[in-house]
Amino acid sequence: MLLAWALILVLSFVYSEMYLIKFTKGEVAMASIVQVAELRKRFGKEVTALGGVDLDVPAGGVFALLGPNGAGKTTLIRVLATLIEADSGTARVAGADVAAEPAAVRAAIGLAGQYAAVDEYLTGAENLEMVGRLYGLGRREARRRGEEVLERFGLAEAAGRYAKTYSGGMRRRLDLAASLVGRPALLILDEPTTGIDPASRRDVWDMIERLVDGGTTVLLTTQYLEEADRLADRIAVIDRGRIVSEGTADELKDRTGGAVIALGLAAADRDKAAATLTGAVPEGDTGLHIPAPNGYADLRTTVDALVAQGIEPTAVALRKPTLDDVFLELTAAAR
Amino acid sequence: MTAIAAPARPGLTRLITDTAVITRRNLRHTLRIPGVLPLSAVMPVIFILMFTYVFGGAVTASLPPGAEDAYVNWLIPGLIAQFALFSGANTAAGMADDLQKGSVDRFRSLPMARLAVPAGRTVADLTRALFTVLVMLGVGALIGFRWQTDLLHVLAAIGLVLAFAFSVAWMMVTVGLLIRSAEAVQAAVYMLVFPLGFTSAVFVPVETMPGWLQTFAAHQPVTVVAGAMRGLMLGPDALPAGHTVTGDILWTLAWSAALVAVFAPLATRAYERA
Ligand SMILES: Nc1ncnc2c1ncn2[C@@H]1O[C@H](COP(=O)(O)OP(=O)(O)OP(=O)(O)O)[C@@H](O)[C@H]1O
Ligand SMILES: [Mg+2]
Repeated sequence: MLLAWALILVLSFVYSEMYLIKFTKGEVAMASIVQVAELRKRFGKEVTALGGVDLDVPAGGVFALLGPNGAGKTTLIRVLATLIEADSGTARVAGADVAAEPAAVRAAIGLAGQYAAVDEYLTGAENLEMVGRLYGLGRREARRRGEEVLERFGLAEAAGRYAKTYSGGMRRRLDLAASLVGRPALLILDEPTTGIDPASRRDVWDMIERLVDGGTTVLLTTQYLEEADRLADRIAVIDRGRIVSEGTADELKDRTGGAVIALGLAAADRDKAAATLTGAVPEGDTGLHIPAPNGYADLRTTVDALVAQGIEPTAVALRKPTLDDVFLELTAAAR
Repeated sequence: MTAIAAPARPGLTRLITDTAVITRRNLRHTLRIPGVLPLSAVMPVIFILMFTYVFGGAVTASLPPGAEDAYVNWLIPGLIAQFALFSGANTAAGMADDLQKGSVDRFRSLPMARLAVPAGRTVADLTRALFTVLVMLGVGALIGFRWQTDLLHVLAAIGLVLAFAFSVAWMMVTVGLLIRSAEAVQAAVYMLVFPLGFTSAVFVPVETMPGWLQTFAAHQPVTVVAGAMRGLMLGPDALPAGHTVTGDILWTLAWSAALVAVFAPLATRAYERA
């Protein structure tokens, strides 16, 4: 009898330990701040904005969603920010389900949408104080953080002016500032540097890097490969509502095979050459890019194939792929 | 992991502070956007002048005794009721504008009380409604309007019409959120409010209308609010046979409660799906 009790005690202890281990494992898996599975969203009958997106954004660092116009970037962002509901699939942000626990999601995020949503008839300072208050801060704290963020975005001098008098780039920066007032764990930025001048763009990049150093995770969308290359720790390429590739910038570049052949051709020969070579991606009016996983060997066969067709290239180069090459190759099917 | 950005506060306190923040923002808009205040005074004044001087003479004969034979006495309380409805157009347009400019997106991404944005809009617009009422009383006084009761009754009338304006604002918030475009919203709202305004007892007594219209005209909201305004400002003699001041006040409160009961949930729903 006693033995039986002891056995049960030991078993239940082991079980609870197992449970504990399982639980801690769950916590480890929670190192992803965004987890998206099989997410679908359609608009009307025709448009499939998201066609089954799977995505995992690790906590810390910058994650870039890279994709052409209409790829579904904004739609995905809006689902994650609890602004629209997906048709099916799940999305968790900071551990909370976007559909079931939107309040918890909102408390953890800061959003700057694709188009600046500033209040034109409030001053810059009033805009930020309002947002701070709506994050639940007291008046003084909201004001203080507003000033701090305005300073950081170079808007301190314009703080007392109506946002209506701001230039496009200043509005954009004020909008970004507003997304930071609540000190979110996850900052979601939809095309943060579209429409701001190169100097301000660099400022925004620096600001993002400093935030990341402070522990914030940044999820941003962009059409600029340079931006993704410079900022992002990981990149997901999205095209026509699907993630077509995901990894670090280097991983993505390696996936095109380590090298690219850049050809210059007479304009008249270009289309014929493109038809001859597999995987060719047009570049400008006279250029072609061809993936060359085997380096020099591929270069030889390519030139031989062209010469056999009676085409003489005007320029030939073998180089490392850029993110551009990756992007063009991955999204080529759409064109 | 769930790094909450701000200390969580209990729901009701949160609703109150968030509504206060949004109300303040909307009041600033009202004061700062050029034209908003002047325009909410111009239309009522035009109506007062036009109806007093153009139609006044023709209608006086059929007025109830409480109007003291002055059309302006009868008209002003009625128009105050009507503009509680008409000024809702601004409420709807403001809400649609917030949608178009992206403010609603910003608010909906914040951890704030859901109800605060529609509520802040309706509360702030009460101030505009009060402003319109005071302008109408002032302009009316200049061209001969005299209330026949005492200040207390007039204050009660103002309170009552603001309650009605508040309930209308909930309807207008819903309309603004559903129609989404500030331009289209004006047209839609006027399609809704003009028929109500003109089939009411605001301009002419219901008895002068064709029989089929009278039943509707006698019970629709603008008529009962106009009745309550007249009863409170001019005394019971200003009401047509079969109507009492208490009766019209109760009808007004009933309509207001019904509008809030229907449209507050609809507005919140529309806001959540905007
Ligand atoms: N509210 C909507 N109603 C109908 N279709 C929509 C709506 N929002 C987006 N779409 C469609 O869904 C698709 C994805 O749009 P989305 O805005 O997510 O693209 P995007 O990647 O953000 O593009 P961009 O780089 O141009 O901002 C597009 O075909 C778009 O037309
Ligand atoms: Mg977009």
